Amino acid sequence: MDDLYREVIIEHYKNPSYRGYLDPHDYAFADSNPLCGDHIEITLRVDDQNRISQAAFQGHGCAISQASADLLLESIIGKPLEEVKHLDKDYVLDLLGLDLGPVRLKCALLSLKVLKAGVYGLGEAPDSLVE
Amino acid sequence: MTFDVTQIRADFPILQREVRPGVPVVYLDSTATAQKPLAVIQAMDDYYRRSNANIHRGVHTLAEEATALYEQAREKIARFINAPSARQIIYTRNTTESINLVAYSWARANLQPGDLVILTEMEHHSNLVPWHMLAMERDIRLEFIPVTENGLLDLEAYHKLLEQTPKLVAFTHMSNVLGTINPAAEIIRLAHQAGAVTLLDGAQSVPHFAVDVQALEVDFLAFSAHKMCGPTGIGVLYGKADLLEAMPPFLGGGDMIREVKLRSFKPNALPHKFEAGTPAIAEAIGFGAAIDYLSRVGMKNIAAHEHEITQYTLERLEEIPGVKLFGPSAEHKGGVAAFTLEGVHPHDVAQILDQDGIAVRAGHHCAQPLHEKFHIPATSRASFYLYSTKEEVDRLVDGIYKVKKYFG
Ligand SMILES: Cc1ncc(COP(=O)(O)O)c(C=O)c1O
Repeated sequence: MDDLYREVIIEHYKNPSYRGYLDPHDYAFADSNPLCGDHIEITLRVDDQNRISQAAFQGHGCAISQASADLLLESIIGKPLEEVKHLDKDYVLDLLGLDLGPVRLKCALLSLKVLKAGVYGLGEAPDSLVE
Repeated sequence: MTFDVTQIRADFPILQREVRPGVPVVYLDSTATAQKPLAVIQAMDDYYRRSNANIHRGVHTLAEEATALYEQAREKIARFINAPSARQIIYTRNTTESINLVAYSWARANLQPGDLVILTEMEHHSNLVPWHMLAMERDIRLEFIPVTENGLLDLEAYHKLLEQTPKLVAFTHMSNVLGTINPAAEIIRLAHQAGAVTLLDGAQSVPHFAVDVQALEVDFLAFSAHKMCGPTGIGVLYGKADLLEAMPPFLGGGDMIREVKLRSFKPNALPHKFEAGTPAIAEAIGFGAAIDYLSRVGMKNIAAHEHEITQYTLERLEEIPGVKLFGPSAEHKGGVAAFTLEGVHPHDVAQILDQDGIAVRAGHHCAQPLHEKFHIPATSRASFYLYSTKEEVDRLVDGIYKVKKYFG
């Protein structure tokens, strides 16, 4: 349990490297967690080979949701867009180095949900994207 | 009876529990649901062991006993809120269903397009969404008594709204976020002068202080057993007899009928008209035991104890740099302390407190519009009941300092 607030997470929460909004951008998507009101908006730029060259997020939420967004974006820079479509729950949990209960899992996965919905060009971000 | 919180705590088995080895539970979430004394657990257990049967239609001994216990509980509830008669106590599942019953039955029979319903900005979603749904269907108008910066209802604005001759004024007796205890008697009197019917959401008042429906002259009162030491799955709608008599049934089925033909039915008398199907029998009996328990302790004692705890909590929380409290001062407030901690999301506050067994709630507490009004997505909320202690408040304060250290 104490692990939940490991220094990495507090550090990424307090001093995120990828907080912001890219204007212009190639991809943008936002969504909220209706249970707690956490909100995340992600913007992406891709290069001519469709690799992610820049990424940024903005929004508000708990340490878990904000830190996982920062870690997630850090990890996808340079990756082909196509690869993002295959990222799953375990990928985010590995980044966080955590095992989470059902409530906090939603916080942790919000950014991946938003990212994938944006890449797929969906109108909304269903839970099924990260299951 | 003299009030001794140590003795009271001994009545609640769950309060003896450790959340993890060596970490006793500090339960500060009674606004969401209250813990249950042994007397309530035993009443339901006894019923299932000794008297379980379906009610009303049977003539055998078990059915007689079950019916008697179920109806005795209704009488206890009636006395508890000083209702003129037990037939004005309608069993529902909870406060939410009670409000929906009024919205479906009374409102659909009595409201026309363009009619005005007055609510407040501090309502729980359960006293908002049924009216949104009705507004979409019927084109009724909704107006809201504003909440002032210090968490009270703006009664001047209410006076103005009343000039528009509302048909219904539906409001909470006590806010589950701000803790504000609203001046219900005055709001009801003014509503009646304007010709409106009144619905009081008593989910947070009936459990915590004496509520007298005749003194208030309220038309409808809704509350839930689970917030007052009773089981989940049962609540009450109280209504004035003439209103309930005139209302069409809500759900159709067994028990709510006097007579059924292939193509028609005659509804049953009150209260059964609104109780279709096999009800929550054990839960009603458990509710009766909860009323007995609260009455034995005394609602005055409970209210006084909670007031003391609340005052102490506000004093202690105000000392902590970075803590911002929401709601009025202790004199206008029940046992609720909603707060934010600068730089830390309420989820994280609640999660770190949980490490020390401290149970608080984090989120918008089913009052999203109220949080929007104060420009915050969420708060952490500690809430109290008859078994809460100052030592628990101290543990909360220590816990908040620990949160600050983590995020330092
Ligand atoms: C003021 C208020 N109204 C209504 C409700 C809804 O109660 P229930 O969920 O039992 O229907 C609550 C519960 O939190 C409440 O605090």
